[in-house]
Amino acid sequence: MSVAKPLPHDAAPLHVAGTARYVDDIPVPAGCLHLAFGMSPVAKGRVTSVDLDAVRAMPGVVAVLTAGDLPHANDVSPSAHDEPLLSDGTVHYLGQPVFVVAATSHLAARKAARAGTIDVAEETPILTVDEALAANSRFEGGPVVWTKGDPEAALEAAPHRLTGSVKIGGQEHFYLEGQAALALPQEGGDMVVHSSTQHPTEIQHKVAEAIGTPMNAVRVETRRMGGGFGGKESQGNALACACAVVASLTGKPVKMRYDRDDDMVITGKRHDFRIDYSVGYDSEGRLLAVDFTQYARCGWAQDLSLPVADRAMLHADNAYRLDAVRITSHRLKTNTQSATAYRGFGGPQGMVGIERVMDHVARVLGKDPAEVRRLNYYAEARAEGADASGGRFSAKVKGEPGKKLETGDLASRGAVEVESGPSGSRRYGGAYSPKPQGGNTTPYGMEVTDFILGDMTERLMETSGYAARRAAVAEWNEGNRLLKKGIAFSPVKFGISFTLSHLNQAGALVHVYQDGSIHLNHGGTEMGQGLNQKVAQVAASRFGVPLEWVKITATDTGKVPNTSATAASSGSDLNGMAAKAACDQIRDRMAECLAGLFQGKPSDVVFEGGEVRVGGEAMPFARAAQLAYENRVSLSATGYYRTPGLSWDRVKGAGTPFFYFAYGCAVTEVVIDTLTGENRILRADLLHDCGTSLNPALDIGQIEGGYVQGAGWLTTEELVWDDTGRLRTHAPSTYKIPACSDRPDVFNVALWDAPNRSETIYRSKAGGEPPFMLGISAWLALSDACAACGPGWPDLRAPATAEAVLAAVKRARG
Amino acid sequence: MKTTLTVNGRSHQVEHDARRTLLDTIRDDLGLPGTKKGCDHGQCGACTILLNGERVNSCLCLTAMHDGDDITTIEGIGSPDRLSALQKAFVEKDGYQCGYCTPGQIMSATAMLREVSEGAPSYVSGDLDGAALTDAEMAERMSGNLCRCSAYPLIREAILMASEAET
Ligand code: FES
Ligand code: FES
Repeated sequence: MSVAKPLPHDAAPLHVAGTARYVDDIPVPAGCLHLAFGMSPVAKGRVTSVDLDAVRAMPGVVAVLTAGDLPHANDVSPSAHDEPLLSDGTVHYLGQPVFVVAATSHLAARKAARAGTIDVAEETPILTVDEALAANSRFEGGPVVWTKGDPEAALEAAPHRLTGSVKIGGQEHFYLEGQAALALPQEGGDMVVHSSTQHPTEIQHKVAEAIGTPMNAVRVETRRMGGGFGGKESQGNALACACAVVASLTGKPVKMRYDRDDDMVITGKRHDFRIDYSVGYDSEGRLLAVDFTQYARCGWAQDLSLPVADRAMLHADNAYRLDAVRITSHRLKTNTQSATAYRGFGGPQGMVGIERVMDHVARVLGKDPAEVRRLNYYAEARAEGADASGGRFSAKVKGEPGKKLETGDLASRGAVEVESGPSGSRRYGGAYSPKPQGGNTTPYGMEVTDFILGDMTERLMETSGYAARRAAVAEWNEGNRLLKKGIAFSPVKFGISFTLSHLNQAGALVHVYQDGSIHLNHGGTEMGQGLNQKVAQVAASRFGVPLEWVKITATDTGKVPNTSATAASSGSDLNGMAAKAACDQIRDRMAECLAGLFQGKPSDVVFEGGEVRVGGEAMPFARAAQLAYENRVSLSATGYYRTPGLSWDRVKGAGTPFFYFAYGCAVTEVVIDTLTGENRILRADLLHDCGTSLNPALDIGQIEGGYVQGAGWLTTEELVWDDTGRLRTHAPSTYKIPACSDRPDVFNVALWDAPNRSETIYRSKAGGEPPFMLGISAWLALSDACAACGPGWPDLRAPATAEAVLAAVKRARG
Repeated sequence: MKTTLTVNGRSHQVEHDARRTLLDTIRDDLGLPGTKKGCDHGQCGACTILLNGERVNSCLCLTAMHDGDDITTIEGIGSPDRLSALQKAFVEKDGYQCGYCTPGQIMSATAMLREVSEGAPSYVSGDLDGAALTDAEMAERMSGNLCRCSAYPLIREAILMASEAET
């Protein structure tokens, strides 16, 4: 069995020797051209003239293109066709590509791009939440509102009430490998594109539109990415399309790689949010009513903002049962980079909202915030066994295959029907909502049947020594005037599946060769999460062979078509199942053949330990493959999988958008310097649920990395735009991501080892995104430390930079 | 202009623009793409090489200033079938996720271990005559190499494993 072993990543020796290839490392054919964009110098306006003579005169320049020179579609949007590759005569953010230069070297292209003169009749940009609200600048007609119960009446009746607001910053992906693409023109106008993308099918689709061919003329290959984190779900479209267009016009190979500053200025980031809340609660801290208003700054184009904002709403409850709740979501259009997918996809922002409420309520009541959290948990799932196989789907509705989407971009998470137009609050819920008031249901009416946080919390409280350490922190704070410590617990419940139900499908292609070696291809992309390794483990275990016999090849739209983005943490769930289906077909064919040859029953043929056993006979797997081949048995198969039981109406906010939930919890201890606001994480204890882990080593790496990245988002990573809309933090010199020294001094990570109740691949659970939100505990611990400085409500914002901590300390002191 | 460099034991003469960085020379002119470009600003450490034995960010070095210098890149440390002790430790401990920072981490750690063994102090050393490789020392000494995947815990374990194997 190769499943559930702590194995290193595939390609490990290549990585440490520097021979693992990324797009920029692929040797290019002679004559390769390089591209750079000329970008808008202002945030909003009409382009009056573009003078490119100086650009054309620069050394090495071969071609300069503006929108008018594009032969076909001028669109790189993954959703609403509102994102031109090159400006259509108006500009909507500072940094928007206006023209593209093709030159003989990367440097020549970049230098030439700087020589262009773009004149713009400037208009006042809309930059902030308040400006967007005032101008009614938004996506979708008005706010989206979901309601469960009667929040107004419950608020009115509650013995205690409070209101507040929290600002949550965005986040730059800072994938260490910047965006890159390479287009290689083929005979007859066909195109091969190497792209650093989480979504090869999307690249294929956009490139085909850009060069005016059907999708079958474009093949996209992605071997690996140097990090993605959501930033390569749609943001690679521009580079791939630009390369393909220039390649088809010139017949030359074309490469584009953003310089780091350009990358940060051009590409979208995590959505920043403001969340206002008003809460009714009892004197124990039980929430009786919650009214959230979420304001998401989406930037200039729609991109994936609607499903991101949806997911923020879907996680506004986190782990807590709310019986009277209203969530209002404003998707605001601003003259900034088009905010995009980022690990958690809006979930983290929604979760920070409710965790902030828990913190606020506990502070006002003078209670341990961890106790207030537990008090509000969903009911624990019944003991394992009674409900062991995800039975909750039996009663649920099936998908709606008949419903077609208008947009041609079906494989994108942005593919939703949109209505835009005058504002006007549309209210759903109330009469439209399902009626499960009071049941163990989420605000969108899905029953929570697999809740395990009660037990997990119990365990973590014990292993982390929470109670004793909380007392010790309080005592330490008594004796220290300048330094203050803080400790906090926070849980995570994260829904797994794409909320656009039809994306929950995957394919795989498996070949067994006559020497017994196995070639495996699936639709997911590798960005460091170890997906290839996990899927290969599945294949090796189906054939009962050592992992080394399975070769995983680059993701290729010519091998597995119509793939979804490797996103929503779904990679191994979907592709693992598809690979299993493919392997099982071949295995069954081999078993039938061998059973015939050796007088056994197909069902008795055993594949194990590199051998195949049948009717008392044992032979190496390679021999079995050879026999099957000689007996004319097909040793190639495609596998397909779709997640069962999903149905979701995003407009009403009702249904079963998720296959299951992944859980986790964390305790973090921090110390702050009250004179400077500087702070550090002293200790973190994490307990995370990966179901029956397919690969504990990879999962633990994801959990640690997710926590650190989540804590970075809420502490040091601050994006600053000035009042002209210029992003001032456009390099690692001004944007601080966690370094080796920012890792907690004591870092205990454990897996909660219990099988997934839903039927996933070997009962594992997805682990890409959920641990990111464990980082929220670091922010809460900082809030706790600030609160130790005085009786006031510290009202800590996110990110809690040293400056923000200092301001919070002042507020606490009153 | 022309510059002569010894890279991984082999002498090369390169023709280049006066402002060419060593990083671009190594990647594009010498065809050694193991050294990565993360920021091109001296901020991430992905481009770390050994210059006459010392670790430097090659994106901050001008090729023109290094005539006659001796350079080691990740390709000169070991190959997939002949890995150095540190490279083996990174495989063993799974000291990376996406792998993009890995060559830089390994180059940097290779030099760092030598610096420690030679008694060079760091900003956090209590004693100017050097220090043992504590956790705090390692965090400080490796803080110039960013890893966005935050594989830091395992990177540190890998380095520790290699340093223990050495001593
Ligand atoms: S590329 Fe040289 S330090 Fe980042
Ligand atoms: S492993 Fe991805 S940046 Fe370090």
